[in-house]
Amino acid sequence: MSQITKSEPKEALFSKKNVKILKDPLNESNPVTVQVLGICSSLAITVKLEPAIVMGFSVLVVMACANLITSLLRNLIPNRIRIIVQLVIVAALVILVDQVLKAYVYDVSKQLSVFVGLIITNCILMGRIEAFALANTPWKAFLDGIGNGVAYAAVLIIVAFVRELFGSGQLFGIQVIPDSWYLDNGGWYSNNGLMLLPPMALIVLAVLIWVQRAKFRQLIEN
Amino acid sequence: MNVNSNSYTYLFSVVMVVLVAVLLSVAALSLKPAQEANIQKEKKQEILQSLGMEISRDDADAAFDTYITEQLVLKGGKIQANPETPAFDIKMADALAKPTNEREVPLFIAERDGKIFYIIPVRGKGLWGPIWGYVSILSDGYTIAGATFGHKGETPGLGAEISTPVFTDQFPGKKLAVNGAYQSISVRKGDASGDHQVDGISGGTITSVGVESMLNDCLQPYMSYLLARNPALTIPVAANSDSLISVL
Repeated sequence: MSQITKSEPKEALFSKKNVKILKDPLNESNPVTVQVLGICSSLAITVKLEPAIVMGFSVLVVMACANLITSLLRNLIPNRIRIIVQLVIVAALVILVDQVLKAYVYDVSKQLSVFVGLIITNCILMGRIEAFALANTPWKAFLDGIGNGVAYAAVLIIVAFVRELFGSGQLFGIQVIPDSWYLDNGGWYSNNGLMLLPPMALIVLAVLIWVQRAKFRQLIEN
Repeated sequence: MNVNSNSYTYLFSVVMVVLVAVLLSVAALSLKPAQEANIQKEKKQEILQSLGMEISRDDADAAFDTYITEQLVLKGGKIQANPETPAFDIKMADALAKPTNEREVPLFIAERDGKIFYIIPVRGKGLWGPIWGYVSILSDGYTIAGATFGHKGETPGLGAEISTPVFTDQFPGKKLAVNGAYQSISVRKGDASGDHQVDGISGGTITSVGVESMLNDCLQPYMSYLLARNPALTIPVAANSDSLISVL
Protein backbone atom coordinates (compact mmCIF):
# COMPACT_ATOMS: atom_id res chain seq x y z
CA MET A 1 0.00 0.00 0.00
CA SER A 2 2.90 2.37 0.66
CA GLN A 3 3.84 2.41 -3.02
CA ILE A 4 0.42 3.59 -4.01
CA THR A 5 0.35 6.56 -1.68
CA LYS A 6 3.73 7.59 -3.09
CA SER A 7 2.65 7.39 -6.70
CA GLU A 8 -0.34 9.66 -6.09
CA PRO A 9 0.86 12.60 -4.09
CA LYS A 10 -2.05 14.18 -2.20
CA GLU A 11 -4.74 14.23 -4.84
CA ALA A 12 -7.70 16.30 -3.70
CA LEU A 13 -10.77 14.28 -2.72
CA PHE A 14 -12.84 15.86 -5.45
CA SER A 15 -10.19 16.57 -8.05
CA LYS A 16 -11.27 16.94 -11.67
CA LYS A 17 -10.36 13.33 -12.35
CA ASN A 18 -12.45 12.07 -9.44
CA VAL A 19 -15.45 14.16 -10.36
CA LYS A 20 -15.21 12.71 -13.86
CA ILE A 21 -15.27 9.19 -12.37
CA LEU A 22 -18.39 10.16 -10.48
CA LYS A 23 -20.18 11.90 -13.37
CA ASP A 24 -19.22 9.84 -16.40
CA PRO A 25 -21.62 6.96 -15.70
CA LEU A 26 -24.54 9.38 -15.69
CA ASN A 27 -24.28 9.91 -19.41
CA GLU A 28 -21.30 8.93 -21.56
CA SER A 29 -20.67 5.57 -19.97
CA ASN A 30 -24.08 4.87 -18.49
CA PRO A 31 -24.05 1.25 -17.33
CA VAL A 32 -27.56 0.53 -18.63
CA THR A 33 -28.07 2.61 -21.75
CA VAL A 34 -24.50 2.63 -23.07
CA GLN A 35 -22.86 -0.49 -21.68
CA VAL A 36 -26.18 -2.37 -21.71
CA LEU A 37 -25.59 -4.05 -18.35
CA GLY A 38 -28.17 -4.82 -15.68
CA ILE A 39 -30.95 -5.07 -18.25
CA CYS A 40 -32.73 -8.00 -16.58
CA SER A 41 -33.47 -6.13 -13.37
CA SER A 42 -34.39 -2.97 -15.29
CA LEU A 43 -37.10 -4.99 -16.98
CA ALA A 44 -38.27 -6.89 -13.93
CA ILE A 45 -38.87 -4.15 -11.38
CA THR A 46 -39.91 -1.05 -13.28
CA VAL A 47 -43.65 -1.64 -13.24
CA LYS A 48 -43.96 0.78 -10.34
CA LEU A 49 -41.83 3.68 -9.16
CA GLU A 50 -41.52 2.78 -5.51
CA PRO A 51 -39.76 -0.59 -5.81
CA ALA A 52 -37.64 0.83 -8.64
CA ILE A 53 -36.35 3.58 -6.34
CA VAL A 54 -35.69 1.21 -3.45
CA MET A 55 -33.92 -1.20 -5.78
CA GLY A 56 -31.84 1.61 -7.29
CA PHE A 57 -30.80 2.77 -3.83
CA SER A 58 -29.93 -0.76 -2.66
CA VAL A 59 -27.79 -1.37 -5.72
CA LEU A 60 -26.07 1.94 -5.11
CA VAL A 61 -25.21 1.02 -1.50
CA VAL A 62 -24.06 -2.50 -2.35
CA MET A 63 -22.03 -1.32 -5.35
CA ALA A 64 -20.25 1.43 -3.42
CA CYS A 65 -19.39 -0.96 -0.56
CA ALA A 66 -18.37 -3.83 -2.84
CA ASN A 67 -16.15 -1.54 -4.91
CA LEU A 68 -14.57 -0.15 -1.76
CA ILE A 69 -13.90 -3.56 -0.19
CA THR A 70 -12.58 -5.06 -3.42
CA SER A 71 -10.32 -2.10 -3.96
CA LEU A 72 -8.93 -2.36 -0.42
CA LEU A 73 -8.18 -6.05 -0.98
CA ARG A 74 -7.04 -5.70 -4.60
CA ASN A 75 -3.36 -6.41 -3.90
CA LEU A 76 -4.20 -9.47 -1.81
CA ILE A 77 -6.69 -11.22 -4.08
CA PRO A 78 -5.17 -14.14 -6.03
CA ASN A 79 -5.75 -13.52 -9.71
CA ARG A 80 -7.06 -17.02 -10.49
CA ILE A 81 -9.94 -16.89 -8.05
CA ARG A 82 -10.73 -13.20 -8.29
CA ILE A 83 -14.18 -13.69 -9.80
CA ILE A 84 -15.15 -16.02 -6.95
CA VAL A 85 -13.81 -13.56 -4.40
CA GLN A 86 -15.84 -10.76 -6.01
CA LEU A 87 -18.94 -12.92 -5.92
CA VAL A 88 -18.42 -13.74 -2.25
CA ILE A 89 -17.98 -10.07 -1.38
CA VAL A 90 -21.12 -9.04 -3.24
CA ALA A 91 -23.20 -11.97 -1.97
CA ALA A 92 -22.11 -11.42 1.65
CA LEU A 93 -22.97 -7.72 1.41
CA VAL A 94 -26.36 -8.43 -0.11
CA ILE A 95 -27.23 -10.99 2.58
CA LEU A 96 -26.06 -8.60 5.27
CA VAL A 97 -28.14 -5.74 3.84
CA ASP A 98 -31.15 -8.04 3.59
CA GLN A 99 -30.83 -9.18 7.22
CA VAL A 100 -30.41 -5.66 8.55
CA LEU A 101 -33.39 -4.43 6.53
CA LYS A 102 -35.53 -7.27 7.87
CA ALA A 103 -34.60 -6.45 11.44
CA TYR A 104 -34.80 -2.68 11.46
CA VAL A 105 -36.73 -1.42 8.42
CA TYR A 106 -39.14 -4.28 7.90
CA ASP A 107 -41.44 -2.39 5.54
CA VAL A 108 -38.66 -1.61 3.10
CA SER A 109 -37.44 -5.18 3.18
CA LYS A 110 -40.93 -6.40 2.37
CA GLN A 111 -41.06 -4.19 -0.68
CA LEU A 112 -37.75 -5.43 -1.94
CA SER A 113 -38.62 -9.09 -1.29
CA VAL A 114 -37.11 -11.07 -4.16
CA PHE A 115 -35.32 -8.09 -5.64
CA VAL A 116 -32.65 -8.08 -2.95
CA GLY A 117 -31.42 -11.44 -4.22
CA LEU A 118 -31.40 -10.04 -7.74
CA ILE A 119 -28.75 -7.51 -6.74
CA ILE A 120 -26.21 -10.34 -6.66
CA THR A 121 -26.92 -11.18 -10.27
CA ASN A 122 -26.72 -7.57 -11.44
CA CYS A 123 -24.06 -7.48 -14.16
CA ILE A 124 -23.18 -3.87 -13.34
CA LEU A 125 -21.77 -4.90 -9.96
CA MET A 126 -19.45 -7.57 -11.30
CA GLY A 127 -18.60 -5.40 -14.28
CA ARG A 128 -17.52 -2.43 -12.20
CA ILE A 129 -15.61 -4.52 -9.68
CA GLU A 130 -13.75 -6.41 -12.39
CA ALA A 131 -13.12 -3.43 -14.65
CA PHE A 132 -12.54 -0.66 -12.13
CA ALA A 133 -12.23 -1.55 -8.45
CA LEU A 134 -9.51 -4.17 -8.99
CA ALA A 135 -7.26 -1.60 -10.63
CA ASN A 136 -7.95 1.59 -8.69
CA THR A 137 -7.54 3.09 -5.24
CA PRO A 138 -10.38 2.74 -2.70
CA TRP A 139 -11.65 6.30 -2.88
CA LYS A 140 -11.85 6.23 -6.68
CA ALA A 141 -13.53 2.83 -6.61
CA PHE A 142 -16.03 4.13 -4.07
CA LEU A 143 -16.86 7.15 -6.28
CA ASP A 144 -17.19 4.87 -9.29
CA GLY A 145 -19.63 2.72 -7.35
CA ILE A 146 -21.71 5.74 -6.36
CA GLY A 147 -21.68 7.13 -9.89
CA ASN A 148 -22.78 3.89 -11.48
CA GLY A 149 -25.37 3.27 -8.77
CA VAL A 150 -26.93 6.68 -9.34
CA ALA A 151 -26.86 6.14 -13.10
CA TYR A 152 -28.57 2.76 -12.77
CA ALA A 153 -31.18 4.19 -10.40
CA ALA A 154 -31.84 7.08 -12.79
CA VAL A 155 -32.59 4.75 -15.70
CA LEU A 156 -34.80 2.60 -13.48
CA ILE A 157 -36.75 5.63 -12.30
CA ILE A 158 -37.29 6.99 -15.82
CA VAL A 159 -38.54 3.64 -17.14
CA ALA A 160 -40.71 3.04 -14.05
CA PHE A 161 -42.19 6.54 -14.35
CA VAL A 162 -43.32 5.91 -17.92
CA ARG A 163 -44.61 2.41 -17.18
CA GLU A 164 -46.52 3.28 -14.03
CA LEU A 165 -48.01 6.43 -15.55
CA PHE A 166 -49.26 4.81 -18.75
CA GLY A 167 -49.72 1.30 -17.42
CA SER A 168 -51.78 2.01 -14.33
CA GLY A 169 -52.40 5.77 -14.51
CA GLN A 170 -50.61 6.21 -11.19
CA LEU A 171 -47.40 7.56 -9.73
CA PHE A 172 -46.15 6.13 -6.43
CA GLY A 173 -49.46 4.28 -6.26
CA ILE A 174 -51.48 7.52 -6.33
CA GLN A 175 -53.93 8.02 -9.19
CA VAL A 176 -52.75 10.93 -11.36
CA ILE A 177 -54.87 10.45 -14.46
CA PRO A 178 -58.32 11.78 -13.53
CA ASP A 179 -60.92 9.07 -12.95
CA SER A 180 -63.41 10.88 -15.18
CA TRP A 181 -61.16 10.32 -18.23
CA TYR A 182 -61.62 6.57 -18.13
CA LEU A 183 -63.92 4.71 -20.49
CA ASP A 184 -65.65 3.08 -17.52
CA ASN A 185 -66.71 6.50 -16.29
CA GLY A 186 -67.81 7.76 -19.67
CA GLY A 187 -64.43 9.19 -20.69
CA TRP A 188 -62.12 8.37 -23.59
CA TYR A 189 -59.03 7.05 -21.85
CA SER A 190 -57.88 3.56 -21.02
CA ASN A 191 -54.68 2.31 -19.38
CA ASN A 192 -52.17 0.62 -21.65
CA GLY A 193 -52.03 -2.89 -20.18
CA LEU A 194 -49.00 -3.75 -22.32
CA MET A 195 -46.98 -1.26 -20.25
CA LEU A 196 -47.24 -3.60 -17.28
CA LEU A 197 -45.61 -6.47 -19.15
CA PRO A 198 -41.82 -6.88 -19.52
CA PRO A 199 -41.65 -6.42 -23.34
CA MET A 200 -42.79 -2.84 -22.94
CA ALA A 201 -39.94 -2.17 -20.51
CA LEU A 202 -37.56 -3.25 -23.25
CA ILE A 203 -39.21 -0.86 -25.69
CA VAL A 204 -39.20 2.05 -23.23
CA LEU A 205 -35.54 1.37 -22.53
CA ALA A 206 -34.79 1.24 -26.25
CA VAL A 207 -36.51 4.58 -26.78
CA LEU A 208 -34.43 5.99 -23.92
CA ILE A 209 -31.23 4.74 -25.60
CA TRP A 210 -32.41 6.23 -28.90
CA VAL A 211 -33.08 9.63 -27.34
CA GLN A 212 -29.73 9.62 -25.57
CA ARG A 213 -27.83 8.77 -28.75
CA ALA A 214 -29.71 11.29 -30.82
CA LYS A 215 -28.61 13.95 -28.36
CA PHE A 216 -25.04 12.77 -27.80
CA ARG A 217 -23.89 11.69 -31.22
CA GLN A 218 -20.44 10.60 -30.02
CA LEU A 219 -22.16 7.57 -28.47
CA ILE A 220 -23.21 6.20 -31.86
CA GLU A 221 -21.09 3.24 -32.93
CA ASN A 222 -19.91 2.91 -36.51
CA MET B 1 4.74 -12.59 -1.15
CA ASN B 2 3.51 -14.26 -4.30
CA VAL B 3 -0.25 -13.82 -4.35
CA ASN B 4 -0.63 -16.18 -7.28
CA SER B 5 1.00 -19.25 -5.74
CA ASN B 6 -1.17 -22.30 -5.11
CA SER B 7 -0.66 -22.30 -1.37
CA TYR B 8 -1.54 -18.63 -1.05
CA THR B 9 -4.65 -19.13 -3.16
CA TYR B 10 -5.81 -21.98 -0.89
CA LEU B 11 -4.99 -20.03 2.24
CA PHE B 12 -6.83 -16.96 0.94
CA SER B 13 -9.97 -18.91 0.06
CA VAL B 14 -10.03 -20.71 3.41
CA VAL B 15 -9.61 -17.50 5.39
CA MET B 16 -12.18 -15.72 3.24
CA VAL B 17 -14.79 -18.43 3.55
CA VAL B 18 -14.36 -18.74 7.33
CA LEU B 19 -14.46 -14.98 7.85
CA VAL B 20 -17.54 -14.49 5.71
CA ALA B 21 -19.28 -17.47 7.32
CA VAL B 22 -18.59 -16.13 10.81
CA LEU B 23 -19.73 -12.64 9.83
CA LEU B 24 -22.98 -13.85 8.31
CA SER B 25 -23.81 -16.26 11.13
CA VAL B 26 -23.19 -13.60 13.76
CA ALA B 27 -25.38 -11.19 11.82
CA ALA B 28 -28.13 -13.77 11.34
CA LEU B 29 -28.16 -14.85 14.99
CA SER B 30 -27.97 -11.39 16.52
CA LEU B 31 -30.67 -9.98 14.25
CA LYS B 32 -33.03 -12.91 14.60
CA PRO B 33 -34.97 -11.70 17.70
CA ALA B 34 -35.64 -8.33 16.07
CA GLN B 35 -36.73 -10.02 12.83
CA GLU B 36 -39.09 -12.41 14.59
CA ALA B 37 -40.63 -9.62 16.63
CA ASN B 38 -41.32 -7.82 13.36
CA ILE B 39 -42.99 -10.88 11.87
CA GLN B 40 -45.21 -11.36 14.95
CA LYS B 41 -46.22 -7.72 14.98
CA GLU B 42 -46.98 -7.87 11.29
CA LYS B 43 -49.24 -10.87 11.86
CA LYS B 44 -51.14 -8.97 14.56
CA GLN B 45 -51.34 -5.98 12.24
CA GLU B 46 -52.79 -8.11 9.43
CA ILE B 47 -55.33 -9.74 11.75
CA LEU B 48 -56.56 -6.34 12.90
CA GLN B 49 -56.47 -5.02 9.35
CA SER B 50 -59.15 -7.51 8.35
CA LEU B 51 -61.42 -5.57 10.74
CA GLY B 52 -60.66 -2.45 8.75
CA MET B 53 -58.25 -1.09 11.34
CA GLU B 54 -55.02 0.53 10.18
CA ILE B 55 -52.60 0.18 13.04
CA SER B 56 -48.92 1.03 12.98
CA ARG B 57 -46.51 -1.80 13.64
CA ASP B 58 -45.41 -0.30 16.95
CA ASP B 59 -48.96 -0.22 18.31
CA ALA B 60 -49.85 -3.68 17.02
CA ASP B 61 -49.09 -5.56 20.26
CA ALA B 62 -51.24 -3.31 22.44
CA ALA B 63 -54.13 -3.10 19.97
CA PHE B 64 -54.13 -6.86 19.49
CA ASP B 65 -54.48 -7.41 23.24
CA THR B 66 -57.29 -4.85 23.40
CA TYR B 67 -59.47 -6.08 20.55
CA ILE B 68 -58.84 -9.82 20.31
CA THR B 69 -60.83 -11.39 23.12
CA GLU B 70 -60.47 -15.09 22.34
CA GLN B 71 -58.08 -17.28 20.41
CA LEU B 72 -59.57 -20.69 19.68
CA VAL B 73 -58.30 -23.76 17.88
CA LEU B 74 -60.77 -25.72 15.78
CA LYS B 75 -60.46 -29.29 14.55
CA GLY B 76 -63.13 -30.84 12.37
CA GLY B 77 -65.49 -27.98 13.21
CA LYS B 78 -65.13 -28.37 16.99
CA ILE B 79 -63.16 -26.42 19.54
CA GLN B 80 -60.02 -28.15 20.72
CA ALA B 81 -59.67 -27.71 24.46
CA ASN B 82 -56.00 -28.70 24.52
CA PRO B 83 -54.48 -27.85 21.14
CA GLU B 84 -50.97 -28.98 20.23
CA THR B 85 -49.94 -25.40 19.52
CA PRO B 86 -51.58 -22.17 20.72
CA ALA B 87 -53.81 -20.52 18.10
CA PHE B 88 -51.47 -17.63 17.40
CA ASP B 89 -48.48 -19.89 16.76
CA ILE B 90 -50.18 -22.24 14.32
CA LYS B 91 -48.47 -22.15 10.96
CA MET B 92 -51.15 -22.31 8.27
CA ALA B 93 -48.73 -23.92 5.81
CA ASP B 94 -48.32 -26.90 8.17
CA ALA B 95 -52.00 -27.06 9.04
CA LEU B 96 -53.08 -27.10 5.39
CA ALA B 97 -50.79 -30.05 4.65
CA LYS B 98 -53.22 -32.26 6.60
CA PRO B 99 -56.62 -33.50 5.42
CA THR B 100 -59.45 -31.08 6.18
CA ASN B 101 -60.84 -33.01 9.14
CA GLU B 102 -57.50 -33.45 10.90
CA ARG B 103 -56.41 -29.83 10.62
CA GLU B 104 -56.02 -27.76 13.74
CA VAL B 105 -56.86 -24.26 12.59
CA PRO B 106 -56.96 -21.02 14.59
CA LEU B 107 -60.00 -18.79 15.01
CA PHE B 108 -59.64 -15.33 16.48
CA ILE B 109 -62.60 -13.63 18.06
CA ALA B 110 -62.52 -9.86 18.24
CA GLU B 111 -64.77 -7.34 19.88
CA ARG B 112 -64.95 -3.83 18.55
CA ASP B 113 -67.54 -1.18 19.43
CA GLY B 114 -69.61 -3.87 21.14
CA LYS B 115 -69.75 -6.08 18.03
CA ILE B 116 -68.29 -9.55 17.75
CA PHE B 117 -66.15 -10.52 14.77
CA TYR B 118 -64.68 -13.87 13.80
CA ILE B 119 -61.29 -13.69 12.11
CA ILE B 120 -60.10 -16.59 9.98
CA PRO B 121 -56.62 -16.97 8.54
CA VAL B 122 -56.38 -18.21 4.95
CA ARG B 123 -53.42 -19.39 2.92
CA GLY B 124 -52.95 -20.63 -0.63
CA LYS B 125 -50.88 -20.53 -3.78
CA GLY B 126 -50.42 -17.55 -6.08
CA LEU B 127 -48.49 -17.48 -9.30
CA TRP B 128 -44.97 -17.12 -7.91
CA GLY B 129 -45.34 -18.17 -4.31
CA PRO B 130 -47.65 -18.37 -1.32
CA ILE B 131 -50.49 -15.94 -0.77
CA TRP B 132 -52.27 -15.52 2.55
CA GLY B 133 -54.70 -13.31 4.33
CA TYR B 134 -57.32 -12.85 7.03
CA VAL B 135 -61.07 -12.77 6.57
CA SER B 136 -63.25 -11.27 9.28
CA ILE B 137 -66.86 -12.36 9.57
CA LEU B 138 -69.78 -10.68 11.32
CA SER B 139 -71.45 -12.33 14.28
CA ASP B 140 -74.12 -13.88 12.00
CA GLY B 141 -71.39 -16.31 11.00
CA TYR B 142 -71.50 -15.85 7.23
CA THR B 143 -71.36 -12.19 6.21
CA ILE B 144 -67.84 -10.98 5.47
CA ALA B 145 -66.86 -7.86 7.39
CA GLY B 146 -63.49 -7.39 5.78
CA ALA B 147 -60.54 -9.12 4.22
CA THR B 148 -56.86 -8.49 3.85
CA PHE B 149 -54.37 -10.36 1.68
CA GLY B 150 -50.63 -10.63 1.51
CA HIS B 151 -48.28 -12.32 -0.90
CA LYS B 152 -44.68 -13.39 -1.08
CA GLY B 153 -43.84 -12.20 -4.58
CA GLU B 154 -46.76 -11.75 -6.94
CA THR B 155 -46.14 -9.54 -9.98
CA PRO B 156 -46.28 -5.83 -9.04
CA GLY B 157 -49.14 -4.11 -10.81
CA LEU B 158 -50.82 -7.43 -11.62
CA GLY B 159 -51.19 -10.25 -9.07
CA ALA B 160 -49.78 -8.06 -6.30
CA GLU B 161 -52.92 -5.94 -6.53
CA ILE B 162 -54.74 -8.48 -4.33
CA SER B 163 -53.28 -6.74 -1.30
CA THR B 164 -54.58 -3.30 -2.35
CA PRO B 165 -57.93 -1.78 -1.34
CA VAL B 166 -59.08 -1.95 -4.98
CA PHE B 167 -59.43 -5.69 -4.49
CA THR B 168 -60.06 -6.10 -0.76
CA ASP B 169 -62.75 -3.41 -0.57
CA GLN B 170 -65.04 -5.69 -2.58
CA PHE B 171 -65.29 -8.21 0.24
CA PRO B 172 -67.30 -6.50 3.00
CA GLY B 173 -70.93 -7.55 2.71
CA LYS B 174 -70.33 -10.67 0.63
CA LYS B 175 -71.99 -13.82 1.98
CA LEU B 176 -70.47 -17.22 2.70
CA ALA B 177 -73.72 -19.14 3.07
CA VAL B 178 -77.05 -19.62 1.35
CA ASN B 179 -79.95 -20.79 3.51
CA GLY B 180 -77.56 -22.02 6.15
CA ALA B 181 -75.34 -23.99 3.72
CA TYR B 182 -71.76 -23.05 2.89
CA GLN B 183 -71.27 -21.19 -0.39
CA SER B 184 -67.76 -20.03 -1.24
CA ILE B 185 -66.74 -16.75 -2.86
CA SER B 186 -65.86 -16.95 -6.54
CA VAL B 187 -63.39 -14.57 -8.14
CA ARG B 188 -64.78 -13.64 -11.53
CA LYS B 189 -63.88 -11.72 -14.64
CA GLY B 190 -66.12 -8.73 -15.14
CA ASP B 191 -69.46 -8.45 -13.40
CA ALA B 192 -69.26 -9.42 -9.75
CA SER B 193 -72.37 -7.89 -8.27
CA GLY B 194 -73.65 -11.14 -6.72
CA ASP B 195 -73.45 -11.95 -3.03
CA HIS B 196 -70.79 -14.60 -3.58
CA GLN B 197 -68.66 -12.94 -6.25
CA VAL B 198 -65.75 -10.54 -6.41
CA ASP B 199 -64.05 -9.09 -9.48
CA GLY B 200 -60.60 -10.57 -10.15
CA ILE B 201 -57.45 -8.76 -11.22
CA SER B 202 -57.05 -8.21 -14.98
CA GLY B 203 -53.72 -9.72 -16.01
CA GLY B 204 -53.47 -11.49 -12.68
CA THR B 205 -55.66 -14.45 -13.50
CA ILE B 206 -53.59 -17.13 -11.81
CA THR B 207 -53.32 -15.09 -8.62
CA SER B 208 -57.07 -14.42 -8.74
CA VAL B 209 -57.81 -18.12 -9.17
CA GLY B 210 -55.39 -18.76 -6.29
CA VAL B 211 -57.41 -16.41 -4.07
CA GLU B 212 -60.60 -18.21 -5.01
CA SER B 213 -59.32 -21.68 -4.17
CA MET B 214 -57.59 -20.36 -1.04
CA LEU B 215 -60.89 -18.95 0.25
CA ASN B 216 -62.82 -22.07 -0.66
CA ASP B 217 -60.28 -24.37 0.95
CA CYS B 218 -59.61 -22.42 4.13
CA LEU B 219 -63.02 -21.04 5.06
CA GLN B 220 -64.95 -24.29 4.73
CA PRO B 221 -63.62 -25.97 7.92
CA TYR B 222 -64.97 -23.07 9.99
CA MET B 223 -68.41 -22.77 8.53
CA SER B 224 -70.17 -25.54 10.40
CA TYR B 225 -68.91 -24.08 13.66
CA LEU B 226 -69.72 -20.45 12.80
CA LEU B 227 -73.18 -21.21 11.42
CA ALA B 228 -73.97 -23.31 14.47
CA ARG B 229 -73.21 -20.33 16.67
CA ASN B 230 -75.90 -18.26 14.97
CA PRO B 231 -79.20 -19.21 16.65
CA ALA B 232 -81.30 -17.57 13.90
CA LEU B 233 -80.07 -20.06 11.34
CA THR B 234 -81.22 -23.11 13.29
CA ILE B 235 -84.83 -22.07 12.71
CA PRO B 236 -86.17 -23.40 9.37
CA VAL B 237 -85.42 -20.67 6.89
CA ALA B 238 -88.58 -20.81 4.80
CA ALA B 239 -90.83 -20.09 7.76
CA ASN B 240 -88.70 -17.34 9.18
CA SER B 241 -87.23 -15.41 6.30
CA ASP B 242 -88.12 -12.16 8.06
CA SER B 243 -86.12 -13.00 11.12
CA LEU B 244 -83.15 -13.94 8.98
CA ILE B 245 -83.21 -10.56 7.33
CA SER B 246 -83.41 -8.82 10.67
CA VAL B 247 -80.23 -10.60 11.72
CA LEU B 248 -78.44 -9.06 8.78
